[in-house]
Amino acid sequence: MFSNYSLITLSKKSFLSFFLALFIGLGFFTASAQDHVDHSATEEHAAEATHGSEDTGHGEGLMEKFNPGAMITEHITDGHGWHLWGEGHDAVSIPLPVIVYNPEKGMDMFMSSNFHHGHDTYNGYAIKNNSIVAVNEQGSVPVHEATINEQLTASIYDISITKNVVSLFISLILMFYIFTSVAKAYTRREGQAPKGLQSLIEPLIIFVRDDIAKSSIGGKKYLKFLPYLLTVFFFIWINNLLGLVPIFPGGANLTGSISITMTLALITFLITTFNGNAHYWRHIFAMPGVPAWVLILLTPIEILGVFLRPFVLMIRLFANITAGHIIALSFFSLIFIFGEMSTGAGIGVSVFTIAFTVFMTCLELLVAFLQAYVFTLLSAIYIGAAVEEHDHDTHGHDAHVEEALIV
Amino acid sequence: MLSSILLQAVEGIGLGYGVAALGAGLAAVGAGMGIGRIGGSALEAIARQPEAVGDIRANMILTAALVEGAAFFAMVVGLLVVFK
Repeated sequence: MFSNYSLITLSKKSFLSFFLALFIGLGFFTASAQDHVDHSATEEHAAEATHGSEDTGHGEGLMEKFNPGAMITEHITDGHGWHLWGEGHDAVSIPLPVIVYNPEKGMDMFMSSNFHHGHDTYNGYAIKNNSIVAVNEQGSVPVHEATINEQLTASIYDISITKNVVSLFISLILMFYIFTSVAKAYTRREGQAPKGLQSLIEPLIIFVRDDIAKSSIGGKKYLKFLPYLLTVFFFIWINNLLGLVPIFPGGANLTGSISITMTLALITFLITTFNGNAHYWRHIFAMPGVPAWVLILLTPIEILGVFLRPFVLMIRLFANITAGHIIALSFFSLIFIFGEMSTGAGIGVSVFTIAFTVFMTCLELLVAFLQAYVFTLLSAIYIGAAVEEHDHDTHGHDAHVEEALIV
Repeated sequence: MLSSILLQAVEGIGLGYGVAALGAGLAAVGAGMGIGRIGGSALEAIARQPEAVGDIRANMILTAALVEGAAFFAMVVGLLVVFK
């Protein structure tokens, strides 16, 4: 018994030290790998400046070294094409429409495939660092021969259908299908036990209704806000899950994009602000039962809190989902970083990497649900605090607990 | 020895990156301690009063999410430094 125990602790220790060594080592390898890439890139540019070397050598030279930072950034940010596989000239991606407006040239609409993966300009536009810039040259010329028109670039309105927008459309179709078919099932199979998709969605709807809406928003008022809470819950959950799918219909980082989470947080903020009753505003501007000199300190904090709550709501969802994507991608980067040293090391590391990624993805499935739950629950608590009827005897205690939790 | 390794690492990556990583690490330590305490207390509370497991779990997740929020602020700041 005792020896067994010590064996377990020993193996645990050696495991821990192994992973510690792995990560410390990784820090150095990534650092040196980055240096190499930078050097080769600058040398390449220098060579280009003097000799005006051809395009192909330039592209291949850059692709030789693996740059984890660039790969991760490309995956977690929005883009004008949906990259499927391959690198450089062999890359296969789904082209997406680019829609740009600028006061000088008016509206312009074309497919992003005209840029040839960022190697060429088109119609006076080019892609630089994932965003559309205006160039002085018309027609299609290689990017490194073109000059950027700074003044025109500043006045571009880019309303393209990007990767995130396409992902939004996909989730829209998916949600529309799920909820119309489930709703139809209730009228068609009235009084019968739920079946199929219905039995997956029904417990979740009841969970949101009972554990989130009813417990946070007092009285019958929760019914008014239930549609919003259900929508936001399923929107975040389904998009989180789509983000975990590595291939085409999923893989965009929609709920990890700050503009999406900002929009969601803004809606919660607007609902809270417009539904706030006199009691809610009195608690913000002049907390009852607090001496006047404390109010000078307390009121600014409370007003700040009104804006801080949706802000934290926005950051939490964005950072959680983005961190999840970065973790999975970092594990995969390990394979290529070690693979560059020697093929054997890459294969050896890939065994651990895949095991770890499977583990992390299981954790991410939980996080996908948890973040949808937390966002909805906090929205419900904020709305609940705004619409609460005040009744000093019965609800006073609850209100204080909630206020303590919120900030 | 650790400090010399750290200094070397910082030199190699650039001071900003090193300090950003250090800041993110410190925030992770703080959040880890916080979430550990929440989890420990919740388990203790569940052991004492198993019938209240539903309420305790909901509050535990909520509080953990709030602690996590603070850690993610640090992570976002770190990312902003790295990606600039």
